[in-house]
Amino acid sequence: MATAPGLMVGSVDADPVSDCRCAKFETHGLTVHYGGFEALKAVDVAIGSCEVTALIGPSGCGKSTFLRCLNRMNDMIDGVRISGQVVMDGQDVYDRRVDVVELRKRVGMVFQQPNPFPMSIFDNVAYGPRLHGTRKMSDLEVIVERTLREAALWDEVKDKLRQSALALSGGQQQRLCIARVMAVQPEVILMDEPCSALDPNATFRIEELMLSLRENYTVIIVTHNMYQAARCSQKTGFFLLGELVEFGDTEQVFQAPADRRTEDYIRGRFG
Amino acid sequence: MSTSTLPRAEAWPSTPSARRARRVQAVAFVALGASALAIMVPAVLFVGFVVVRGASAINWEFITAMPRDNMRAGGIMPAIVGSLYLVVVTMALATPVGILAAVYLSEYARKGPLVRAIRVAILNLAGVPSIVYGLFGMGLFVMVVMPQVLRLTRGGGESGKSACLLAAAATMAVLILPIVIATTEEALRQVPQGLRAASLALGATRWQTIWRVVIPNALPGILTGLVLAVGRAAGETAPILLTGAFFWMSHLPRPAEALLEPFMALPFHLFTVSTQMPDAPEKLRWGTALVLIIMVVGANSIGIVIRSWLRTRRKV
Repeated sequence: MATAPGLMVGSVDADPVSDCRCAKFETHGLTVHYGGFEALKAVDVAIGSCEVTALIGPSGCGKSTFLRCLNRMNDMIDGVRISGQVVMDGQDVYDRRVDVVELRKRVGMVFQQPNPFPMSIFDNVAYGPRLHGTRKMSDLEVIVERTLREAALWDEVKDKLRQSALALSGGQQQRLCIARVMAVQPEVILMDEPCSALDPNATFRIEELMLSLRENYTVIIVTHNMYQAARCSQKTGFFLLGELVEFGDTEQVFQAPADRRTEDYIRGRFG
Repeated sequence: MSTSTLPRAEAWPSTPSARRARRVQAVAFVALGASALAIMVPAVLFVGFVVVRGASAINWEFITAMPRDNMRAGGIMPAIVGSLYLVVVTMALATPVGILAAVYLSEYARKGPLVRAIRVAILNLAGVPSIVYGLFGMGLFVMVVMPQVLRLTRGGGESGKSACLLAAAATMAVLILPIVIATTEEALRQVPQGLRAASLALGATRWQTIWRVVIPNALPGILTGLVLAVGRAAGETAPILLTGAFFWMSHLPRPAEALLEPFMALPFHLFTVSTQMPDAPEKLRWGTALVLIIMVVGANSIGIVIRSWLRTRRKV
């Protein structure tokens, strides 16, 4: 399944889904304030479909804030002010008429800390489908198996679907969380430092998974780990102090950054 | 001693500051242990006292018969049944309102001065003396609400009193609401934010998140609050004194009518036989007290068993 090679930018074979190459998200002057603090400064960017986009930058640079604007998870924070536009498939997601529940069905999210619900593995994966109206056990079983296979977790858990998800290892929990998102069949999967709580081996499994996800999903990942960005993504954006300093093909950003600050960060001069 | 290759202990003599730290620690341990013991002693003495004095009073007749000889003999069945009714109706009134209010305060309401003020008000309510609740219940439920209820339900028929089980349970519910709300809120706060975020990010509404993730995870904590509330509702005397508890009843009301009839209750019965009837046999008092304790402890045990079952069900 995981045929996509890591760094071969633009080498995605001419698959039939050609309209899959246009921009999934566009932001126009996206600015976020937390109280008096400007966390994001007028970000303009276009993020493509069916590729992995990595957002890098030092702590507090706004990359997570940006990510959480895309599925409106920032809405819940007290004292947040968001201006500018986030356009997904031509629709401003901050428009009054957009149902945030619909948006989040299309734009799933994986968090830094694996956060499976304290229920069985099966119920974790079935949580989303059940929310959205799938009641029949036989349907749910099909969804759970297919999703766990896609998340490369099936073989490890197929004999203990009824056991608590909390008994799994951290890496397995995180893959379960990814499966839980996939079960809702989103178009986009946002990942907020999905590997920072995991050991290298578990990280490797998640990265493999991300590469295979690219075939069907738009993946946007925030990461502290520059090597991870280089290994897994086709596009990279570098954030600094709330500003999107540079955005482009991963290879170009890492090999020949256009901005001096990007180069300094990538060479390890700060951050 | 056989470890001749290792340096001798004198090589690392303990310093004065380390010795001082250890002395302080020893004193602290003694103080902690003594405090733990100090709370054990009265608890054991107290329960033991009641058990020793009351056990001899308890027999089949005592718990299943009506009082005889102006309550100087016979059983306390109507008081047991009355207390059961009271607790059940009180919890039925207070549990849904209390849990919903707590969910609103901690999950929905915007954090601001108004919510803070409501929370402080609730905490203060928990400190109001119970006799004040009794007076409040009499003024509101017995004198204003119940007459209307009675008028509506039977159009001025013969049965039903405005001082009744329903009025007393409503009063008691107001008294335990702050406990239910405060403990439920605390239990909801213990549910990790990550679980809420995960649910919302999957496209759940806030209510779906609360119903499917937050409340199930807070249930053991909520149950703890309910157990506390049951004990309080079973034991308080002042609130029912003015709102529906009678010191003697010749018969048990039929269950269908019990809500609108006065009732006997164990704590009030205990008060009556202890203070109003100097010639009542003493074991009657201790027996009544023991039955009350057994009922409360029984309710608590059931709550604890359910709680631990809920907890294990969520793990492994």
